[in-house]
Amino acid sequence: MNMLAIDTSTQILGVALMKNDIVVAEMTTNLKKDHSSRLMPVLNQLMQQADMKPEDLHKIVVAHGPGSYTGTRIGVTTAKTLAWTLDIPIIPVSSLKALGYNAAPYQGYVCPFFDARREAVFTGLYHFSAGVFSLVKEDRHIKMEEWTTELNTLQKPILFLSPDFAKHQACLNESGLARVHAPDSSHLLRPSNLLMLAETEPAVPAHEVTPNYLRVTEAEANWKKRQKEEKNNG
Amino acid sequence: MGEFNMTDQIILGIETSCDETAAAIVRNGKEIISNVVASQIESHKRFGGVVPEVASRHHVENITIVVEEAMKQADMTWTDIDAIAVTEGPGLVGALLIGVNAAKAIAFAHQKPLIDVHHIAGHIYANRLEKDFEFPLLALIVSGGHTELVLMQAHGQYEVIGETLDDAAGEAYDKVARILELPYPGGPQIDQLAKEGDPVVDFPRAWLKAGSFDFSFSGLKSSVINYVHNKEQRNEAVDKSIVAASFQESVVDVLVEKTYQAAMKYGVQQVIVAGGVAANSGLRYNIQARFAPSNIPVQIPPLQLCTDNASMIAAAGSIQFEQKQFAGWDLNGNPAKLLTSIHKNLST
Ligand SMILES: [Zn+2]
Repeated sequence: MNMLAIDTSTQILGVALMKNDIVVAEMTTNLKKDHSSRLMPVLNQLMQQADMKPEDLHKIVVAHGPGSYTGTRIGVTTAKTLAWTLDIPIIPVSSLKALGYNAAPYQGYVCPFFDARREAVFTGLYHFSAGVFSLVKEDRHIKMEEWTTELNTLQKPILFLSPDFAKHQACLNESGLARVHAPDSSHLLRPSNLLMLAETEPAVPAHEVTPNYLRVTEAEANWKKRQKEEKNNG
Repeated sequence: MGEFNMTDQIILGIETSCDETAAAIVRNGKEIISNVVASQIESHKRFGGVVPEVASRHHVENITIVVEEAMKQADMTWTDIDAIAVTEGPGLVGALLIGVNAAKAIAFAHQKPLIDVHHIAGHIYANRLEKDFEFPLLALIVSGGHTELVLMQAHGQYEVIGETLDDAAGEAYDKVARILELPYPGGPQIDQLAKEGDPVVDFPRAWLKAGSFDFSFSGLKSSVINYVHNKEQRNEAVDKSIVAASFQESVVDVLVEKTYQAAMKYGVQQVIVAGGVAANSGLRYNIQARFAPSNIPVQIPPLQLCTDNASMIAAAGSIQFEQKQFAGWDLNGNPAKLLTSIHKNLST
């Protein structure tokens, strides 16, 4: 199996390659630089290093969010167009699930999250046990305070993983949640995780692959609100 | 493809700079093989204008479907395609990124040359799909984002000799349409209303300083706002057709006269009109009438080539293909891209 993995859903740019079932190349940067101009050069360079041509690829796996809207679209557009034009399967994987997989082989609850501004996060709850990585609470957009209250009902220690950990540390401290500490390097999504997780998710027709924004646009939210008001008034 | 020559140059164009997801295949820069446009106008109507984030979301949903349709309609495979041309800018950055990254993915997958096209160069080259160019050539580009006079001495040589100092002509149309409470998009609505009214209100024409080919529409816009406002304060009915006709006459007068003066000054062989506002019937009629005695042919593309499309991007890209001006894998969307000549050292 030859597979390409792409993640541009946060500030991290990640590309990984599998060749004959082996992870042969992986690159991540954690820089405030644009993804659009850098993704294809990185992809090209890694493919060259691995002596792979585009037509050697059997499958593409992409982190399709949640995360930065523009960032996610760059990876998703590149991945879906490559998959469509090469006529190979594409597997969209939750960016949170991919980050949560950094915790392997930890046993217990894992909570990956990305900052979503205004004290909110994109997050979900996952669980590792005996090598099985499973979803416990669906990915969502939620205020961090509300989320920690919900997690408190579990009464179990949780490993939090996030590139935006520092921003929400105070809230986590106040929550009284029993937390497991992870080293700094574990908070950065490794694109090779996507290669490992490809088997756990179904392939989707390339035309139908879109980012999982988890939020409607502000314009649409306002429009829906107006529609509702007009309905109530009329 | 049996019917095509081996020496034919076949370019796939992709355009996503605003609210149309478009792909097209053009032969030799002059002949449309397929032209597919997925318009988002119905989606943006409810907001009264294009919402950038909504536009970006639609582009990513539509992009591969639209390119596939262009390939199907042309009955072509990737071996038939010589290069991929894409709008690099100007436009909405989030929207541009979808076309740029899709184009890079296709070019990379099939190891084809990638061509970065300026959106306005595309509008100009929409005309070449109808009739070949004669130089020197003067192009009047009028759209929601642009009002420019561009002088061309040769293919790929662009000299901007006039541009708007404030609003684009299409922007003024949208704003006046909003004042008159006309549905979005306002341009065609005003054009339609203008046919029903007499241009009896004397709105200002911004000629600017003598010999200037620049434009300004903000004064005109304020003048229309004041006129409607005063009428309302006096509880007088506003005759929308009269306002539309008077406003349109003011815009068209300036566009046509400046184009004419520039054409005379530079002794051009051909005048072309491009961009969304080129679909305006008042502009189409009056510019032809002004140039009729001069023997300078005025070329205006058919309506479907005035609005954003990808065949114009492929047509402009064809010149860059001939001149071997290709983009690298680091191509990015450039929302403020300048219209510069392909060979800078040749431009005047
Ligand atoms: Zn345009």
